[in-house]
Amino acid sequence: MVTINGEAQAKDGTMLLDFLKEAGYDSRAIAVEYNGAILAKDAYETTSFRAGDVVEIVCFMGGGA
Amino acid sequence: MTESTKSTKSIEEKMAEDSFTLGSHTFHSRFILGSGKYSLELIDAAVRYAEAELVTVAVRRANTKEKENILDYVPKTVTLLPNTSGARTAEEAVRIAHLAKALGCGDFIKIEIMRDSKYLLPDNNETIRATEMLAKEGFVVLPYMYPDLYAARALVDAGAAAVMPLAAPIGSNKGLATKEFLQILIDEIDLPIIVDAGIGKPSEACAAMEMGAAAIMANTALATAGDVPLMASAMRDAIRAGRKAYLSGLGRVLTRGAAASDPLTGFLHD
Repeated sequence: MVTINGEAQAKDGTMLLDFLKEAGYDSRAIAVEYNGAILAKDAYETTSFRAGDVVEIVCFMGGGA
Repeated sequence: MTESTKSTKSIEEKMAEDSFTLGSHTFHSRFILGSGKYSLELIDAAVRYAEAELVTVAVRRANTKEKENILDYVPKTVTLLPNTSGARTAEEAVRIAHLAKALGCGDFIKIEIMRDSKYLLPDNNETIRATEMLAKEGFVVLPYMYPDLYAARALVDAGAAAVMPLAAPIGSNKGLATKEFLQILIDEIDLPIIVDAGIGKPSEACAAMEMGAAAIMANTALATAGDVPLMASAMRDAIRAGRKAYLSGLGRVLTRGAAASDPLTGFLHD
């Protein structure tokens, strides 16, 4: 199992870029933290999920004081 | 000849030259706009009527159901100021800052670290630590803080580009509750003081600018107003009015008595 944005998902072996496309993320608008390290966008197609991975996918949202 | 008639520059020229600097960036607009709690469709109008050059955004987990990208709604001319809202420690703020940088919109970061969920007060100690870490990495660091002189001095030493003290609890629209302490920071700290949080009305923004604040940050004042772009415009006018008054130098206040502005001779009864 892989923990993606706090949710356990059975995505072991899936390539990150494939997961992002399948889930419907706009890769222009996101940043990905993979096991605590931020990934460069060109690493999306060289990174495959392994059991126990922790992935955070973030974007900008409206916010202020 | 009085001081004011000696000046050869027009008011428009003076205002066009009036600016402040954060890191290596110069800004003419003194209205920093938040983008939270109102619809993406209103952001463009709010930024235009505010004439804002800096707009804050938050970093959050991306939701695939949310197809809208806020960056498509913010005019390309503005500088994005990501905040670290949600951080409870310096380390969490640094992590969010790194993610914000990876999102690819420059090196500005507004540090917000809150451990208190009832009053949402910023933790000055953690904020100082995060400022030091991020300034060393080359971020332009704008720390949101509780207006305390010692903490503000520590933020200067830590490499902050400005100091952002709160006027009142965040989102409260309660105005300049910390007025005396804001004035101390304005007078003593050699960095732009950007009054952040709590400003609810244009008159309060104007008052803070008259006191010598470098800029005003507002979000809830607009987001909870009846007409967001109209309030953005009202705030812009108030901030400009306050700035002009500050640059002019305010007239003196008499301790006692009165002083006529009319001629003191030629009365009809003489």
